[in-house]
Amino acid sequence: MIAELGHYVLTLALGVALIQATVPMLGAARGDQRWMAVAAPASLVQFGLLLFAFLALIHAYVTSDFSVLNVVQNSHSLKPLLYKVSGAWGNHEGSLLLWVTVMALFGALVSIFGDNLPPGLKARTLSVQALVTVGFLLFMLLTSNPFERIFPAPLEGRDLNPLLQDPGLAFHPPMLYIGYVGLSIVFSFACAALIEGKVDAAWARWVRPWTLLAWAFLTGGIALGSWWAYYELGWGGFWFWDPVENASFMPWLVATALLHSAIVVEKRDTLKSWTILLAIIGFSLSLIGTFLVRSGVLTSVHAFASDPERGVFILALLAVAIGGSFALYAWRAPLLTGGGLFRPISREGALVLNNLLLTTAAATVLLGTLYPLFLELATDDKISVGPPFFNATFVPIMAPLFVALGVGPLLPWKRADLAPALRLLWVAFVFTLVVTIVAGIAVWGQAAIALLGLALSAWLIGAVLTELYRKCRPTQSVTAGQALRRLTGLSRAACGMTAAHLGIAVVIAGATGASLLTQEKIEAVTIGQTVEVGGFDFTLTDVRDVPGPNYNAERGTFSVVPSGFAGAEPQILQSENRQYVSNGQVTTEAAIRSTLWYDLYAVLGDPAGQGRFTVRLYFKPLVPWLWIGSTLMVLGGFLSLSDRRLRVGAPKRSAAPAGGNAQPAE
Amino acid sequence: MSDETNAPDAERPKRRWWLGLLPLLVFSGLLAVFAYQLIGGRDPSIVPSALIGDPVPTVELPALKPDKPGFGPQDFGGGPILVNVFASWCVPCRVEHPLITALARDYGIPVYGLNSKDRRDAAIAWLDELGDPYTRIGYDPNGRAGIEWGVYGYPETFLINPAGEVVYKYVGPITPRLLEEEFLPRIDAMRAQ
Repeated sequence: MIAELGHYVLTLALGVALIQATVPMLGAARGDQRWMAVAAPASLVQFGLLLFAFLALIHAYVTSDFSVLNVVQNSHSLKPLLYKVSGAWGNHEGSLLLWVTVMALFGALVSIFGDNLPPGLKARTLSVQALVTVGFLLFMLLTSNPFERIFPAPLEGRDLNPLLQDPGLAFHPPMLYIGYVGLSIVFSFACAALIEGKVDAAWARWVRPWTLLAWAFLTGGIALGSWWAYYELGWGGFWFWDPVENASFMPWLVATALLHSAIVVEKRDTLKSWTILLAIIGFSLSLIGTFLVRSGVLTSVHAFASDPERGVFILALLAVAIGGSFALYAWRAPLLTGGGLFRPISREGALVLNNLLLTTAAATVLLGTLYPLFLELATDDKISVGPPFFNATFVPIMAPLFVALGVGPLLPWKRADLAPALRLLWVAFVFTLVVTIVAGIAVWGQAAIALLGLALSAWLIGAVLTELYRKCRPTQSVTAGQALRRLTGLSRAACGMTAAHLGIAVVIAGATGASLLTQEKIEAVTIGQTVEVGGFDFTLTDVRDVPGPNYNAERGTFSVVPSGFAGAEPQILQSENRQYVSNGQVTTEAAIRSTLWYDLYAVLGDPAGQGRFTVRLYFKPLVPWLWIGSTLMVLGGFLSLSDRRLRVGAPKRSAAPAGGNAQPAE
Repeated sequence: MSDETNAPDAERPKRRWWLGLLPLLVFSGLLAVFAYQLIGGRDPSIVPSALIGDPVPTVELPALKPDKPGFGPQDFGGGPILVNVFASWCVPCRVEHPLITALARDYGIPVYGLNSKDRRDAAIAWLDELGDPYTRIGYDPNGRAGIEWGVYGYPETFLINPAGEVVYKYVGPITPRLLEEEFLPRIDAMRAQ
């Protein structure tokens, strides 16, 4: 019964979305306040309806209602409760429902917190948002109904892919989706602004918090997915340049660029057309990513429900949403005129460089992801583009970005001189040099390019801290006490920026350690045998069978001591191979011991005969920094956001601060 | 829009109007590629079918049980033969087992078992419990032979023609309908020749 209600409510939501997509838009065109006012309540009702549908699906999962096909295909009565709930979005239909629910959530948030928006912009934004929702609801109702019944109902479900039965992955999709879909509201803002033909500093100020919110969640979602891959797949890698990963990474790169170009629009009233384009591209890449994953156009280790029929529908959706917005852009963007002029060497110039490099990086990732497709069309060859391509192209694009990131925040607006900024950075130079030398000694004989990574990280840490120091103590005449007071009085936005940039620096170091400095050994050992890796002695002490709730596990216990300290208190690492009862799939639970500086990583492999087991042992320096850095970035995003809201909360369309041409539209 | 007239540089929009079209053009090209790929009907996941039409892989499989031989490429030919990949931990294998048994018993088709990623004692106990319909059983504890055979999931069933070539492969448990529609017609055709 509840499943039918869920289905019914989806249809209702479609009706509401249709109203929301048309009435306020027409109202804005005719200048009719009452028609425009429909948008806000409509978006609230729509969110309520979709939330109900979403909860109905979760209810079906929690109660193991095997008369619902989706539950049969993705759940099992023995599954722990957390994974019953997360199973609801661990599949094609359910994740679509999550997608539209989040879209409606953002619409509702705009209608609640958007009191300060001009009514025309607000009505149009919510209309565009609803228009995209209509597309997704149609898609769901016509091809992917999550509430489809099955008769006769089977006694037991087929279980969720065991790889997905993991706390990291339970929360990864919702976070990622809030990020992906959060970009939809920015997209809607951009389309609304194009329809109005007006982008000004105030527009940028309204859009930035939403971008920031989406960006922070996207960052968190990607980091969570990477963390999951690191400990669950048991290969010890954290990023595989898989099409699905790229699908989330491209919008992230563009959202990062957008975050920075919106600052220029807000402060200097220029780069408007470009910023609008980024806003459209950001969400378009989210949509294209979804298409790639679900249509079966590209293969991926994530192999989500791929189905050509759905693919055609998504393709049509892409054509309308992205094609439509680009057409709108081609038509209206020439109306957007820039205000403030600037020299290449200036804060604006640095932000433009940031944008150029980030979008080039996104384009490179897109090219690498789609290249197999192009090649197959042209020559019929099947190839896959792997990490070597991405490492060879992505790193050279990002390295100058990180160098420039150290300098950019120290440059004044409009026009600047490089020399004084570089002089300020002498401490950072020295710090970089010292770190590089020390690291060079420490990792002598290993990958030379690792030194570049560590040097970049050190440079960035030095430069970010220098910038923070300059902010608190701009001249020598400021005493230490005053500087300290300034530090505590810094705006949250400034703290957020510092935290996010520091986070990047820390992530660079982590990525360098994980990909270039890892030491590994794969050996067949008997119980009691010791293997030395990266200065640690790993001893396999025990292998035994242990039962789990819906699997049986073979658990290998390793005791680890630093080499040469046999008497030291050993660390115990336990790795498991789990075989799931329902479908026999085997998953690997790597044993990981993290410290601030390194991870010890051990995996028990298959029996190798004669009582021996294949074991994979890793010493992974700096890996924890990946997660620390990502956390810093997310934290920075939220810090900055908490500041923004205060400022945006007390709005004055304070006639665009710098050189604005913010006339009324008509 | 009246902005244009008093904008600081009204010249610029005219000069660069085509730039605004660029994203649309690039996207249209992309869309065309997607559409061609999608409607062209090439499914990128059908890589595993590479074996179809080829001779059976040249791996020699040791025997699982002392009283029943394993098999290698020399053991094919002369008539249709099925190769059934199974493991004791695989629940769908248990489901299809009666059908495999019926196929071997009622249609007289030799079925070779490929016991993959399994423990020997568990596999033998499984066969003792459910019955052993296989003519030969190869033992592949670490799944290497499974890789040669392009095994994708459990269970999996291959149909080999009298020339020793893989003709058809099905991933998943065999159903009566599948037997009627896919396997038996092919087997009958081979026998008719």
